[in-house]
Amino acid sequence: MRPFQYTRAPSLAEASDMTAGEDTLAIAGGTNLLDLMKLQVETPGQLADINRLGIADVEDTDDGGLRLGALATNTETAVHQRVRADYPVLSRAILAGATQQLRNKATNGGNLCQRTRCFYFTNIDQPCNKREPGTGCGAIDGIAKLHAVLGTSDQCIATYPGDMAVALSALGATVQISGDKGERSVPVRDFHLLPGDTPWIENVLEAGEIITGITLPPPVGGTQIYRKVRERSSYAFALVSVAAIVELKDGKFSRADLAFGGLAHKPWHDPRVGEALLGQPPSDALFDKAANILLEDARGFGENDFKIPLTRRTLHAVLVQATEKAA
Amino acid sequence: MADTITVNGTAYPMPDDPRVSLLDFLRQHIGLTGTKKGCDHGQCGACTVIVNGIRINSCLTLAAMHDGDSVTTIEGLGTPEEPSALQRAFLEHDGFQCGYCTPGQICSATAMLEELAADWPSDASESLEGRIAISGEEIRERMSGNLCRCGAYANIVAAIEEVAGGGRS
Repeated sequence: MRPFQYTRAPSLAEASDMTAGEDTLAIAGGTNLLDLMKLQVETPGQLADINRLGIADVEDTDDGGLRLGALATNTETAVHQRVRADYPVLSRAILAGATQQLRNKATNGGNLCQRTRCFYFTNIDQPCNKREPGTGCGAIDGIAKLHAVLGTSDQCIATYPGDMAVALSALGATVQISGDKGERSVPVRDFHLLPGDTPWIENVLEAGEIITGITLPPPVGGTQIYRKVRERSSYAFALVSVAAIVELKDGKFSRADLAFGGLAHKPWHDPRVGEALLGQPPSDALFDKAANILLEDARGFGENDFKIPLTRRTLHAVLVQATEKAA
Repeated sequence: MADTITVNGTAYPMPDDPRVSLLDFLRQHIGLTGTKKGCDHGQCGACTVIVNGIRINSCLTLAAMHDGDSVTTIEGLGTPEEPSALQRAFLEHDGFQCGYCTPGQICSATAMLEELAADWPSDASESLEGRIAISGEEIRERMSGNLCRCGAYANIVAAIEEVAGGGRS
């Protein structure tokens, strides 16, 4: 690691001041950031340790929802009784990611901010527009097995690697952010950005802004499923994942909130997919139609072409499972 | 702000250089070399230690972030004369070959037994609620953060299963 100054932020306001500077990064669990610092992908001059700022609680909201502190660990969140009972898709998504040791340290806020696992991004000898703008994208004509098939640009085809945010997207959660201009809330679905011409800008956080929490809406019930397809059965990033919250009424879909991981630079939520299902009775033809809408603009890059049919099959399997359980 | 870090019951002064990982602090600064450095990137689990009762990868955290914390390493779990139940079970089941991953395996499994006792679900759990049924599948999922290049997995699982099963009635 390059030398850096370590400072424990005494307050949220001071953490904002510190991280408003270009050379300072906030550190929470550190499981992703320290890894990247060892690889010299990240070389901050200063780390602002925000771990003891008291934003780690998980608590009920007035409307019956749940607020997850930014510094609550992934484990604390996944095993929380209310998350297990009322938001099972979130528990399942978190438990499907990483290992117990990592989930014990990784925080909710950090999880949202984690960086892509693109091989070109994490290897400083390779070109990468995200790490070093203007150097090109090695993945587009290279090793692209894990890469995106939706929302790509000619600058970057990296994926957002996380599982938790995919469930949060299906749940319609919001992110609370604090900065020198005050507080604001952003829907999780709008928090991450597509690469476009600025692949180094991965989310809406501005300099000095810090995530303080994630708010879940009141529980919606339904059948909740997180299905993750990966190359080994534990401790691997998603090739494709589906978070689904489904309900049937009189044999027809009355709820179909779907989000997808492993497909894009952000958790993918296309409202047209769920809308196509609403009011319709489940059938193979209907599931095909939903997949067609989802994958209308999908484009593979050779090694990851398989993701398109795999997504189709995974969505189909999830909808079959969900409707059998819901019926 | 405490200016020490407690390891196996003994308080040690914090390192001066903020770059020092908790793993390097244990091995290089206070001479507790039982904890092993495998990948140094949180992928192998050889560096697993227990901090305030929770297992973590000591390679992916800075010692500077742990003032006032209480760390348990393999040296704190038992002695050759009085091994812990898991240490004894690993011996009896031949739960290793070269032994390099073993301290991490045992620290990880020690904390895992507490997670099972608290009925924390895993990706392998049928239900998110209620008591966890201990099985080989549960143990393999919960131990997936600890790799063994020798491939002693079958015996590692058997050792853990024996201790886990014995603790439940």
